[in-house]
Amino acid sequence: MVSRDEKSLQKVWAWLIAGMIAYIPANIYPMLLTSTLIERSESTIVGGVIELVQHGSIGIAAIVFIASVIIPIGKFIAVGYLAISVQRRSVASRHARHKAFEAVEFVGRWSMIDVFVVAILSALVQFDTIATINPGIAAVSFALSVIFTMLAAQSFDARLIWDANRTPSL
Amino acid sequence: MTAPLPPLNDLVACHQCDTLHAATDLPPGTRAYCQRCGVLLMTSQPAAIARILSLALTAFIMLLAAISFPFLTLDAGGFHNATSVIDAIMAFNDGLALPLAIAVGCFIVVIPLMRLGALIFALGPLVREQPGDARARIAFGIAERLRPWSMAEIFIVGVTVALIKVSGLAAVTIGPAFWAFTGVVLITVLKDTMICRYSIWEALDHRNT
Repeated sequence: MVSRDEKSLQKVWAWLIAGMIAYIPANIYPMLLTSTLIERSESTIVGGVIELVQHGSIGIAAIVFIASVIIPIGKFIAVGYLAISVQRRSVASRHARHKAFEAVEFVGRWSMIDVFVVAILSALVQFDTIATINPGIAAVSFALSVIFTMLAAQSFDARLIWDANRTPSL
Repeated sequence: MTAPLPPLNDLVACHQCDTLHAATDLPPGTRAYCQRCGVLLMTSQPAAIARILSLALTAFIMLLAAISFPFLTLDAGGFHNATSVIDAIMAFNDGLALPLAIAVGCFIVVIPLMRLGALIFALGPLVREQPGDARARIAFGIAERLRPWSMAEIFIVGVTVALIKVSGLAAVTIGPAFWAFTGVVLITVLKDTMICRYSIWEALDHRNT
């Protein structure tokens, strides 16, 4: 048992906003730099998903899309909503909110998939002039975004959800 | 509200929402969940400590193997490239991305190793029924704290995605380290479902008194 962290919500907001800011360049800049003999191409997160769909691997495209678009954005919304509802001392649907918090904590780590994919691809495809794949700057900001939102979820004190109808015992 | 509480040692607080429950001996094969928020409180496998320890040791050794053997090899147009897990980490080794190389290295190698090491350190003396010291409690606490940051299983899914992306480009051969790594992931999942935090903390506490 640990006593409640009074700055919990402040930390949550700080990490969450940092995560959202880092998510913007992660989508604008290229994730992968592919150069072959004939061409040089850059692909962003969404670009990579579209490429996979065109190759016909819908399942993999769906995994990447869920891991790197739906989960991060869903997390921003969920953590923000939880923090606001706690600030308002809401007592509505606390069980549902607790479940949401657990889901966020469990699922957030899976966003790192795309970073690992980039790492493996760029380690594997290194054939000097014929074909090379190198990580783009978006990989860094995407990883930062995931780490920041994980920290946001961890600094959220789930007990605050249940504290709403208690009078502070100061 | 005025009913007397049972002795402190028989109470267990939910680690998510602080609801107090009276701890009872569970019948075999059952699990206890928090009344309010539904978090798993304890499992009826207090004797599983020896099994958990052996699984942790197995995973530790397999992880060392997974780091040292070739992970994947790629053949395309007469070129041959063998990649180990270390190479995948070092893919980010230039310039701005260097901190990312360190982070990825921590997530897939250092933190899993630390967690397993801490668990072995904390549970080892328990199995031999030796009196330990407070460091065992700290080690178990660290192992629990690091749980979300150990991302070996996510790495394996990432590898699968990467394999499918490359498969059109070149012939990929899966090396022994891939299987070792998959084994580590499976054993870790098995170990985490077996573990009963309550009984381990109890055991660590009893030894100190």
